[in-house]
Amino acid sequence: MKFNIGTKFHRIVLAAGACAGLACGTAATAKETVALGFIGPLTGGVSSVGLGGRNSAELAIRLRNADPAAKYSYELEALDDECKPNVGVQVATKLATNRKLAGAVAHYCSAVAMGTVDVYHRFGLPMTVWGAVLPDITYGNDYPEITRVNGTMINQNETAAKFMTGLGYKTFAIIHDTTDYGKGHNSYLSKFLAEDGATVVGAFGVSADQQDFTAELTQVKALNPDVVVYAGLTPGGVRVRQQMAKLGITAVFQGVSGIKSDAYFEGLGGDLAEGTLTFLEGAPAEKLPGGAFFLTEYEKAGFSTPPEAYGPFAFAAMNLLIDAVEAVGPDRKAIVEYMGTVKDHESITGLITFDDHGQNTVALITGYVAQDGKWVVWEDSDYAKGTRSLPAPK
Amino acid sequence: MDFGLIAQYLANGILLGTMYALVAVGFTLFFGVLDVIKFSHGDVLMLGTFIGFTAWMGLAAIGVTNPWVQLLGVLICSLGGTALIGAAIAKWLVLPLKKAPQLNTLLITLMLGTAIREAVRLFYPNGSNPKAFPALLPDAAVELGSFSLRADSVILVLAGLGLIGVLSLVINRTRLGLAIRAVAQDEETARIMGINYTLVVLATFAIGSGVAAFAGIMNGLYYNEINFGMGLILGLIGFSAAIIGGLGNLYGAILGGFLFAGLQVIGAALLPFASAYKDVFAFAVVIALMAWKPTGLIPERSSDRV
Repeated sequence: MKFNIGTKFHRIVLAAGACAGLACGTAATAKETVALGFIGPLTGGVSSVGLGGRNSAELAIRLRNADPAAKYSYELEALDDECKPNVGVQVATKLATNRKLAGAVAHYCSAVAMGTVDVYHRFGLPMTVWGAVLPDITYGNDYPEITRVNGTMINQNETAAKFMTGLGYKTFAIIHDTTDYGKGHNSYLSKFLAEDGATVVGAFGVSADQQDFTAELTQVKALNPDVVVYAGLTPGGVRVRQQMAKLGITAVFQGVSGIKSDAYFEGLGGDLAEGTLTFLEGAPAEKLPGGAFFLTEYEKAGFSTPPEAYGPFAFAAMNLLIDAVEAVGPDRKAIVEYMGTVKDHESITGLITFDDHGQNTVALITGYVAQDGKWVVWEDSDYAKGTRSLPAPK
Repeated sequence: MDFGLIAQYLANGILLGTMYALVAVGFTLFFGVLDVIKFSHGDVLMLGTFIGFTAWMGLAAIGVTNPWVQLLGVLICSLGGTALIGAAIAKWLVLPLKKAPQLNTLLITLMLGTAIREAVRLFYPNGSNPKAFPALLPDAAVELGSFSLRADSVILVLAGLGLIGVLSLVINRTRLGLAIRAVAQDEETARIMGINYTLVVLATFAIGSGVAAFAGIMNGLYYNEINFGMGLILGLIGFSAAIIGGLGNLYGAILGGFLFAGLQVIGAALLPFASAYKDVFAFAVVIALMAWKPTGLIPERSSDRV
């Protein structure tokens, strides 16, 4: 239902009292306010990504509130899961038990999302994941409430394995943290590497907040692989890369989506980051269909921190949720039903289509290389052009 | 396993051991003089490291580029600042609770540690991200087969062991050390003999905290990375090391530090199962050792504290 002032006026004059009353009602009072939730790591080691996601979700809300055609006025309730499952369950429960809240966009950390999906299901709160990549978040349950706009680590590792073996690398040592995130990456990457004819010479589980990797890296050094992979988040990636250099390991360093943040360069400093490879679902904001629009608006909004890698997904997820509210109203059940029918939905990250588990089926994965203190899309980098080179396969 | 690999593990174990011993020494000193366990020790260490990091940024900003001068500035600021903080904690948090149950001291320092950690995370610019600590030591390395021995590691270990040596001299050979030992043995008698009790306690906390800050700077120089959570695990390990060595005994703390580092390295290098369990292994052995020798490997004798 879209009115402009002209038709509204026309109807008031011509139509019966009931109809006129309805029109006057909407014109006279302010729009109904709908609360929408956001959860991400706003403090802690990966907070840069969480804050980028929060800002992007807030941007989606601000833009819609500025749109006179919107039927509701929206407000954001952003909570911090600290990337810890126990905290995540608390804040998810807080959102889910707030009856005024219509839906949520949540979680960057897979381990947290694994803990909270049951909460959303129990309270029937529609939740769209904006960053966590563990497949089981959508595929490990039959909850219609749970959807996800970003791809999963299955797609990510399939592309990574093809890419790395394509460059001629044959032997890999994997260091992974022992969370669901790290273990998942380890098992999918190992599987796809084996399919592509490469060998994983060693896999080492480490705790997510481990400081000293010398013992693991000493073993890696003896195994002499072409590539050292760290499957975990930025703080661990920084330490592994740092300590590889200490031990004189010259292999290529490959990360996963979890290390693609600007904090990686802040933590490493100097030239150590140079040549690190990583992979991420989607494409850099500026290369996305709606990327230019997103970046301009983000700039205009004047946030103090950058959107980081997953900002566009948080923006797309929040926009999708708002579209759902606009279409069916702020009713949780109706939104869940709406999410079940999303197909070729326009978003700044490309078309969104949910499969029967609520997983977006678009599997766009981009490879990045660290060049001069920035993440550069592989195809645009000096490495792809051949003016710089990675350590050669042994 | 070839020689180079074993040497690499050994070198790493010695460095870790030195670091752990420096942290454990603090726990043992505090327990010696005051019979308290100060759980904020690890976070004070982290704070000291951040003070050093800030000092380095300040020096770099005013144009001091010589790494040795920078290192000196970092050490003076960090050790001095942390010693003051340690003394302040003793004066305003630990001493006032002297008559209260020991559990209160334990709790208050535990909470203080959390407060320090969260404060750095929230109020230090970008405090939640890991920071690149500068490499101020020469990074030349000698390659012997698969073993690479780095100059900075050697300097760090020598400096750490040197500091432990100096500390041992201070405790055993100076008037201050004598006073600390006297207070540790019998507070009342020490007071009667004219020892300024409060001053001795403050000095002990200042020394213990300064040594911890040194361990923190060492940690930063070795890994070239610091973060707000670094004190948590270092504090826990230092505490465990002090306990297995024998709380209250300086040499016990050193032994405990090296023992714990050795266990971690063995856990990661030699056990057939994955290295993910190295901390499980190390702490399990600590539990077994405590069951075997509840007062530690070198137990504190009432006449021979600290």
